[in-house]
Amino acid sequence: MLNSLGREIPEYIEGIGKLEPFQGALAKLRKGWMDEPTIPAPNRAYLPHQSKLCKTLEEAIIRSNPHNGMTVSFHHHLRNGDILLVQTLNILHNMGIREITLASSSLNECHDPILPYLVDGTVTRIFSSGIRNQLGRAIALGVLETPVVIHSHGGRVRSIHTGKIKIDLAVIPASAADCEGNATGSHGKSAFGSIGYAVIDARYAKEVIVVTDNLVDYPCIPLSISQNFIDHVVVVDSIGDASKIATGTTRITKSPMDLRIAKLAADVIEHSGFFVPGFAFQVGAGGASLAVAKFIREKMRDKGIKGSFMLGGITSYCVDMLNDGLFETLFDVQSFDAVVSNSLLNNRRHIEIPAALYANPFNCGCITNKIDVVVLGALEIDVDFNVNVITGSEGYIRGASGGHSDTASGAKLTVVVCPSFRGRIPIIKKRVHTIVTPGETVHVLVTERGICVNPAFKELEENLRRAGLNIKDIHDLEIEVDTITGVPGPLEYTDKIVGVVEYRDGTIIDVIHQLKEK
Amino acid sequence: MTKNFKKRRTMLYIPGNNPAMIQQGGVYGADSILLDLEDAVALNQKDAARALVRNMIKVVDFYDAEVCVRINHLSTPFGLADLEEIVPLQPSAIRYPKTESPEEVAELLKIIERIEDRHGLPHNKMTLHAMIETAMGVQNVFNIASMFSRVDAITIGGQDLTADMNIVYTPDGVGIDFARKRIVMAAKASHIDVIDTVFPDVNDEEGLRRETEYAKKIGFTGKAVINPRQIDIIHKVFTPTEEEIRKAYHIVKEFQMNTAAGIGVFAIDGKMIDAPVVARAQYILKLANVTVG
Repeated sequence: MLNSLGREIPEYIEGIGKLEPFQGALAKLRKGWMDEPTIPAPNRAYLPHQSKLCKTLEEAIIRSNPHNGMTVSFHHHLRNGDILLVQTLNILHNMGIREITLASSSLNECHDPILPYLVDGTVTRIFSSGIRNQLGRAIALGVLETPVVIHSHGGRVRSIHTGKIKIDLAVIPASAADCEGNATGSHGKSAFGSIGYAVIDARYAKEVIVVTDNLVDYPCIPLSISQNFIDHVVVVDSIGDASKIATGTTRITKSPMDLRIAKLAADVIEHSGFFVPGFAFQVGAGGASLAVAKFIREKMRDKGIKGSFMLGGITSYCVDMLNDGLFETLFDVQSFDAVVSNSLLNNRRHIEIPAALYANPFNCGCITNKIDVVVLGALEIDVDFNVNVITGSEGYIRGASGGHSDTASGAKLTVVVCPSFRGRIPIIKKRVHTIVTPGETVHVLVTERGICVNPAFKELEENLRRAGLNIKDIHDLEIEVDTITGVPGPLEYTDKIVGVVEYRDGTIIDVIHQLKEK
Repeated sequence: MTKNFKKRRTMLYIPGNNPAMIQQGGVYGADSILLDLEDAVALNQKDAARALVRNMIKVVDFYDAEVCVRINHLSTPFGLADLEEIVPLQPSAIRYPKTESPEEVAELLKIIERIEDRHGLPHNKMTLHAMIETAMGVQNVFNIASMFSRVDAITIGGQDLTADMNIVYTPDGVGIDFARKRIVMAAKASHIDVIDTVFPDVNDEEGLRRETEYAKKIGFTGKAVINPRQIDIIHKVFTPTEEEIRKAYHIVKEFQMNTAAGIGVFAIDGKMIDAPVVARAQYILKLANVTVG
């Protein structure tokens, strides 16, 4: 069957079930409720003064009823410094546990060591918002029988509510925790800031293990994760490589190209009609996206504009803008720098939020619904403004859906920033390899060679033209870039589906086919 | 005012042997792009750079930027070969390094025109930018600037000039201040553009802003740029403020109305407006891309 973007979606996939085709960004939300029933969270009972402390992670796992076919979940707040996901899977593998469903909120390069477990059947299914490096390559080439499911941050919460992801065991690293499992990421030697993605895991998993390298006296404050959801507490020497978890402060790029794109994007925002007192803003943490914040900061100062809140992945740059009085509040679902943890801990206007509040479409209002302006990156964008942030030009899975489609769907102005080509590969395509964010939720594309406005937003285009910005038709820009780079030959795929890309409402926006090995 | 208005707030240096940078040259918004065959290119890469620049000029879209090529001096083994390859392409301008005398310019123009004749090209399309970067050049700058209609800009090369003067370049620019002002005056007297030297520390944004403000104050029309990150700062300094634009608009509007009514001299707020004031106002509006309807 075809979804509304013309992508062929199978009706059923073994190991995943019946699929529902994407029908539009807000189609399912207009009903006002979610069709799928919400499953109840498990309840347990503990005796007074019963100890939750385990000597080792292995002991905690043994107490958690490990079994074949279980689903194990993790959060990715430790980024590329995480060591516990690999350790956990090593333990489960050594116990002979097989057919595990891995439900990590994202997977990074540091998780490459689990690749043999995908080959030998220890791990047979994966749900994640992002997959990279060796895992992404192997999955694209078909290492798993059952396709992986790529979800957004908001969509993951929905999937847990509906039982699509039924977590048997959640392993939650925390940089500080107490003996009852009250836990946080906001202090300790391995501080990583917000633990927002793990809150839903703690709430819904049958068994929850908090792992910390910093056992503090009861109670651990703040209670980012609270004890009433925690079964076991393990103290280890280290939860991860601190140098890769979070370092220092975010530095704005010095790349002239990124800065040029960022400057143009800031001009777009300034003249969009949404750059007004009280505006709500989100930017990414890297490259051109973060650099937009630098130019917006200057424009806010020049024009005396004060914003309402910044949302999302919070960098030290956001903290600086809060401290400068340019925004009233930071909502932090994920923190990127060491200094952010300190702000999260000590500034009451810097608020830690769970993923459900951040972006779950099926509740009484996630915060992404209140964004005025969001700036997002892209691996590819097509002439219909559909964005790919998951598969690379060579066909491997090498990115993350993350909050891309969540924030785009909520924002009044979604600005996608990217160079028009990288190396010799054009980024603007007639058709992207994989759609993650539908073009109907993308307002503007900003590249170094011109600004393209989605034709659905005429008034915005008028505003930007009136401001003298270099507006081009996206079809013209696509041709212009192709003239420079040439058109790359098509990738070759088999009929086998290796990945399913879920839109935030649970419908399927695209599938990823197995790449033919050269 | 200059004879022929061209926006030249920034002139971005791009090494002639770097294809990626040349390809992206037009996207940064610089008013002019300078493809450099001289100091940016090592001796053993001169031939390759010349061929690359020749080919890239033919195919790369530099959008609205003026494209200039800095050739090697004719006293080197490369200067003549540069002219043979570049002149037929007729970029906006040839920039000639270490210009020291009008005789030298006359000789250069003779060669250029000979090549143009061979290719059936006019003598009035491509212009010449004379770089003043020696003490002798500073002494002769007025004649260099004023004697040739094809010279439509002069520039100061601070690094080479300090070397020639045997002084150390200092951030306050004291050593080349006399040269700066003398070169500016020669340009103003000749009604041509004058472009300031590069600011070498790309990480010192404040220093760049200060030096650019100074250059603007003493009369430069623009500044050379060695990193695209410097462009916006320089543009900000050289672009007229809203207040300046408003005032200029008012003057030009009044001028047009009075001219239409046959009135030659008029006053705004009790101040007489004469031709130089109108010309200055018109220059400001051109810089700001504002037309008076």
